[in-house]
Amino acid sequence: MIKINNLHKKFGKLIVLNGLDLQIDSGGIFAILGPNGSGKTTLIKSVLGMVIPNSGDIKIDDRSVLKQWNYRNGINYLPQIANFPSNLTVNELIAMVKNLRPKEAHDKDLIELFGLESFLDKKLGNLSGGTKQKVNIVLTFMFDSDLIILDEPTTGLDPISLIHLKEIIQKEKEKGKTILITTHIMSFVEEVADEIVFLLDGDIHFKGSVADIKSQTDQNDLEHAIANLMSKENV
Amino acid sequence: MRSRWSYVYFAFYLALGFVLLFLNNDINKAIITLMNIIIVLTPLIGTIFGVMYYYNSKEFTELLLAQPIKRSKIFMGQYLGISISLTLSLALGLGIPFLLYGLFKSTAIFDFALLLVVGSFLNFIFVALSFNIALSNENKIKGFGYAILMWLFLAVIYDGLFLISLLVFNEYPLDKFSLSATMFNPIDLSRILILLKLDISALLGYTGAVFKKFFGTNFGMIISFAVMILWVLLPVWRINGKLRKKDF
Repeated sequence: MIKINNLHKKFGKLIVLNGLDLQIDSGGIFAILGPNGSGKTTLIKSVLGMVIPNSGDIKIDDRSVLKQWNYRNGINYLPQIANFPSNLTVNELIAMVKNLRPKEAHDKDLIELFGLESFLDKKLGNLSGGTKQKVNIVLTFMFDSDLIILDEPTTGLDPISLIHLKEIIQKEKEKGKTILITTHIMSFVEEVADEIVFLLDGDIHFKGSVADIKSQTDQNDLEHAIANLMSKENV
Repeated sequence: MRSRWSYVYFAFYLALGFVLLFLNNDINKAIITLMNIIIVLTPLIGTIFGVMYYYNSKEFTELLLAQPIKRSKIFMGQYLGISISLTLSLALGLGIPFLLYGLFKSTAIFDFALLLVVGSFLNFIFVALSFNIALSNENKIKGFGYAILMWLFLAVIYDGLFLISLLVFNEYPLDKFSLSATMFNPIDLSRILILLKLDISALLGYTGAVFKKFFGTNFGMIISFAVMILWVLLPVWRINGKLRKKDF
C-alpha cells in the first residue's frame, strides 16, 4: 500500500505538486492520468526517491521512504524515455542490472517473448526506439516485485508487442501486484486499468473506476470523459 | 568504466615519458619538464573527463537511481572510477618509460614518486571539482564552460593575480600572504611541493625562499599534503551534500 501525504514539490517557481494526498491499496492496476505537465512523472519519481519533495511524506507499507533506498528493491520501474548508455550491449546491460539486485531474474522468457534474441549482442546506441522500449520492458519485468511503476509503457511499441505487454500486465495483476501506469492512450487505460487517478495542477481531481468517471461526466467513452474533466477544471 | 579515452590518455603519457627522456637524456631534467606539464595538464584532463563523464552517463545514472542503491554510492562509485582510471593512466604511462630508463638506479626515484603522487592528487581534486560543477548545472554547455573557466582560473589567472598583488603590495611583508594564497590553489600548491622537493626553490625567488624558510622541507610537506587532502575532501563532501537535495 502506498500512502502519500500532503506532498509538495516546486521546481524553481513552478509548483508541480501542490499538497497531493493519495492512497493506493495493494493489488490492482491504477492509471495515473492528467494533461502534460500535471505532475505525473514527478509524482512517480518522488515515490522512487529520484525527486526529493519539498514537504510531505510517502509511505510504502507504513514505512516512510524518504531518504531511504532499500525499498527500491521492491519496485520495478519503467522510465518514460528509454535512455541507456549507448556503448553497452543489451546483454551487458541486462547482466549489470541483474547484478545490482539481490533477486532472482527471469529474463529469458521475456527476451523470447519480445523477440530480442538477435539484438542481444548489439549496442544499445544502435537500436531503434521501439526495440529500446522492449529492452526497457524486459528490464522492468524480469524481477518479481510487489510494486510495478510504468511511465508511458506503450511509447514506440508495435501492436504485437503491445499485446504482449498487456498480457504481462494482466499476469502480474493476477499475482496480486500493484501496478501504476501513466499513459495518454485512453483505449489502453480502458482495457487494463481498475482505477483511475486524475491529476491536475499538482493535485488529485478524481479517483475512481472507469465507470465512475464516465457517469460523473456524462460521457460514453473515456477519452471524452477525460477531456471533459480537463476542460471543466480549466473553466 | 569502459572508456577509450583513458587508453588514449595512457598512450599520451607513455609517449610523453619516452620523448622527454630521449630529449633530455637525464632523469632529473626530464622530471622537471614533466612537472611543468603535469601540473597544468592533469587538472585540465581531470576537469574535462569529470564533466564529460557526468553528462554522458546521465541516462545511465538515472537507470541506477531507480535501483536499490544508495545515491551517494552511485556517485562516489563514478567519482572513484574516473579518478582512479585517470591516475592509473598517469602512473603507468609515465612509470613504464622511466622504469625502462633505469629509474631504480637513479637517485631521482623519490622525486618521481612525489611527482606521481601530486599528479594523482590533482586528478582526484579536479575530478571532484568538475563533478561539483556538473551537479550544479543542468545545462551541459554551461557546465563545460564553468569547468574550463575554473581550470583556466586556477592554472593561469590565479598566478597572474598573485604576481600582480605581489607587485602592488611589495612594500609590505608578504610572506604570510603568499603562503596562504598558495594554499588556496591546488595547482600552485603542487608546484611548490615538487619544487621544494627538487631543491631548486632558489629558482622561485621570493616565494620559494619564504616557503623554504617558513616551513622547512619536512613540515612544509606535511602541511601541504594536509591541504591537498582537504582539497579532495571538501569537494567530495559538497558532492554528497548536493546529492541529498538533487532531483533527477
